[in-house]
Amino acid sequence: MGKTNIYAWLLLLPSLIFLILFTFYPVLKTLVLSFYQADLGSPEPFFIGMENYQRMMEDDVFWKVLKNNLWFALGTVPTSMALALGMALFANKVLRGKGFVRTAFFYPTVVPMIAVANIWLFIYTPEYGAISQLLQWLGQGQINWLGDQTFVMWAMVIMVIWKEAGYFMIFYLAGLQNISEEMYESASMDGAKPWTVFRRVTFPLLMPTTLFVMVIAVTNSFKLVDHLVIMTKGGPDNASNLLLYYIFETAFSFWDQGMASALTIVMVVLLLLLAAFQFFGLDKKIHYN
Amino acid sequence: MRKMWRNMLLSVSSLALAAGCSSAPTSSPQDQAKPVQAEATAPKQEEKVDLTFFYPVAVGGPLTKIVDDMAEQFNQEHPNIQVKPVYTGSYQDTTTKIQAAVQGKNPPDVAVMLSTELFTMLDMDAVLPLDDFIAKDGGSEYINDFYPGFMANSQTEGKTYSIPFQRSTIVLYYNKDAFREVGLDPEKPPQNWDELVEYSKKLKKDGRWGVEIPTSGFPYWMFQAFALQNGKNLMSEDGKKVYFETPENVEALQLWVDLAKKHQVMPEGVIEWATVPSDFLEGKTAMMYHTTGNLTNVKSNAKFDFGVAYLPAKQNFGSPTGGGNFYMFKGIDESKQEASWKFIRWMTEPERAAQWSIDTGYVATRKSAYETDKMKQYVTEFPAAAVARDQLEFAHAELSTHNNGKVSKAFNDALQSAVTGQSEPAAALKKAQEEADKVLAPFNK
Amino acid sequence: MLKRLSDASMYILAMLWIFPLLWGFWTAFRPRHMATSWTFSFEFTLDNFAKVWAGAPFAQYYWNTFLIVTGILIVQLVTATLAAYAFAKMKFWGKDVLFLLFLVQLMVPADILLFPNYNVLRDLSLLDTKLGIMMPYFASAFGIFLLRQTFKTIPHELEEAARMEGCSWWQIVWKVYVPLARPTYVAFGLVSVSYHWNNFMWPLIITNSIENRPLTVGLAIFAQSFETGAQWAEVTAATTMVIMPLLLAFLLFQRQFLNSFMHSGIK
Repeated sequence: MGKTNIYAWLLLLPSLIFLILFTFYPVLKTLVLSFYQADLGSPEPFFIGMENYQRMMEDDVFWKVLKNNLWFALGTVPTSMALALGMALFANKVLRGKGFVRTAFFYPTVVPMIAVANIWLFIYTPEYGAISQLLQWLGQGQINWLGDQTFVMWAMVIMVIWKEAGYFMIFYLAGLQNISEEMYESASMDGAKPWTVFRRVTFPLLMPTTLFVMVIAVTNSFKLVDHLVIMTKGGPDNASNLLLYYIFETAFSFWDQGMASALTIVMVVLLLLLAAFQFFGLDKKIHYN
Repeated sequence: MRKMWRNMLLSVSSLALAAGCSSAPTSSPQDQAKPVQAEATAPKQEEKVDLTFFYPVAVGGPLTKIVDDMAEQFNQEHPNIQVKPVYTGSYQDTTTKIQAAVQGKNPPDVAVMLSTELFTMLDMDAVLPLDDFIAKDGGSEYINDFYPGFMANSQTEGKTYSIPFQRSTIVLYYNKDAFREVGLDPEKPPQNWDELVEYSKKLKKDGRWGVEIPTSGFPYWMFQAFALQNGKNLMSEDGKKVYFETPENVEALQLWVDLAKKHQVMPEGVIEWATVPSDFLEGKTAMMYHTTGNLTNVKSNAKFDFGVAYLPAKQNFGSPTGGGNFYMFKGIDESKQEASWKFIRWMTEPERAAQWSIDTGYVATRKSAYETDKMKQYVTEFPAAAVARDQLEFAHAELSTHNNGKVSKAFNDALQSAVTGQSEPAAALKKAQEEADKVLAPFNK
Repeated sequence: MLKRLSDASMYILAMLWIFPLLWGFWTAFRPRHMATSWTFSFEFTLDNFAKVWAGAPFAQYYWNTFLIVTGILIVQLVTATLAAYAFAKMKFWGKDVLFLLFLVQLMVPADILLFPNYNVLRDLSLLDTKLGIMMPYFASAFGIFLLRQTFKTIPHELEEAARMEGCSWWQIVWKVYVPLARPTYVAFGLVSVSYHWNNFMWPLIITNSIENRPLTVGLAIFAQSFETGAQWAEVTAATTMVIMPLLLAFLLFQRQFLNSFMHSGIK
């Protein structure tokens, strides 16, 4: 081993220690624990093989939260990304009121989710909330947004899009800055229409940004559960429940540690698969210049 | 070069430490900013006992102050004991915190948490039986002074594990002005389920519901009242069996569904616990089912004449009890146990129980509390305050089983599923029963 | 025409976006009994804030959050700078594998590993400590990648020149790399601070005591504590208090923040 090797590793050591301690070691330990029965009924954990996973497969709630999470991702990721791109294109132009618009879109990013949830809970409340007032004014009836299984997921999706679009916008803004003027100039010389320019120049050149934002957005759609604590606790009847919140319940309300471990492993595998798909599947289609 | 590396690493690690704040700074690298001086540890007084006391105040706001003040007063009266009250949020939050602390081998010494956590706490081997302390201090005279309805969730297999503190039942609040408006006798609230439907229909008008029964958070509690009124509690006394799927319960759940769907006197879908009192106070509902813990709130904020009554009966009157008890935790040394007991004993004195009840609306937990002058006077001035206590005659233990979290979730889910119209009452209850049986199977071996 | 329409829709969208905040503020300053009514009037009050301030130890929560956020940021900056330098400028054995390992953290962030990390902290006896809240975030793959990207664009000649002048390695990093990567540091700092200021689930699980409880957890506990019914005025006041510091900081420095972002090498 050369001197550089040692220095390089020493430089990486602090990060590596924390990475191992809080990412790899816990995942391995959790993997082991997922093969054990460790809940309130069994003071001493004992080995049960795949039984936790079997029980999970038979658990309706598990399938429901998984399905919810996929819908939640499908509902939030494409919409917030498309909005973010639109916002960025708009905010990138020199216009009056640009600063205001940019601020309006971005500020939800610096507001804690838990605070957002408080405000939106109020917005969604029947009788008193803003939406209810609007509907009344329009002469419509009440909608019990959070108390109805068909509406609750929509309510969550809308709120999260509001929260996240501005964050993704700045990545697109950064991406737009990196597209050189020449590209546009040559395009306009050809007399291309704005839409064609966007389709042929801007969008393809933004693909790396899109990939990056997508990774964040997808991860977030599995990570964001703070609002459930305030707004619905996953209800009604798990209609708004998400995988991570279910893990939280299983681990800290039911103290079923074996099952919580198994669920965590499923979550990790799912995220890695999604990441692998995004990197190795989509990455090939992107043309870097 | 090598020295530089050492310094680098040292500064990294010292930063990590300094940022920790709670960990005492260790030896510091030479050229770094001076570390914060370790706080001079207060000289230890001899035999002084420190107690950590976790408590939820479901009624929130200034009431945390009431508890803090009570603890402060206790500390002044007992110079050798220092109770440190820690407000840990809602009942649910508090339970989670305590479970986590127990798992982390760092339990609080004493805590108020839901009386229904008894079996879970026993499964975790987390709480101490209090019989020895009771025997030494107060005896049966003390313990029998508590209302039996409140003690039901405290005892199992002949041992007492918790002492009632912040306890409630469900009562019916009704708007007397609204009753007068539609020609109902304001002194005659609905006595049974049929009248509940009938009155609700009369009271319903544009912008006002007939009745609201909250179904968010812990709908099992509300439902339990209906189950009890229809004859039978939801679980066995040893917490190992549940009786969700019975014809009586199907009938009760059908009533809930009908109130909203068929009679349209109650909002459809899940009704938020927290907005029901607002609706009542704003006149958006003429009647509500809610905890007695809300009495003081309603009393001070209602701009109309209101009444408090027993919940309407079916076969009989009935309501579950609810709320929090004092628990003492395993793994604390004897001096702390003694001190904790003193604290519990002090906090549950009749005078204090009376004051607590007046401040909040919770039911005073002891019969003798109602013999105190201030309580007598209060009840004379405000007879509604006695309704919840009188209803105790028909009150039973709150749903509490082994693996309580999972069992109650299965049941809550089923209730919400029926209320939101996703499944028929019978099917929903059947599913909850199967789920609960599965969860409870290990305890029935 | 189409352009005008799209511009107009963006302005409308911006109004919609700003509405929840304005409404929250409005309610927070309204007298309690008017919180839920939509009749317009000019009655305002600070009562709600007074009540909130008296009802829960928010000053302590502010302090805790401040310490946690700063602690995490400082350590992250150090660990990320070192690692980013190694990844950007050095060739060494195992580089690709290591890089991949760090990549995993981007996909599986600590927030997902609530339960596993809880167990780790329990084993370390760090439950209910500020250090415990901070530790899982001390190594930031995101920060490492950002800085690595930026460091890569810094020409090697600069480093050589500095070395000729007798700068030690540490001085080179401090005098060459850090100043040139400033926008990246600012951008990363913004992300890190807002992320940890807003973090909730993790501190919720591992803190018990007021001494360690951050603002978000304090707010959630406060907002959930009303068994007697929804107290919109108080809750929005508390929410406003929690939002304000970061929001004000952002509004004051937004130009710098956003510019940093755009020039930080995030692509």
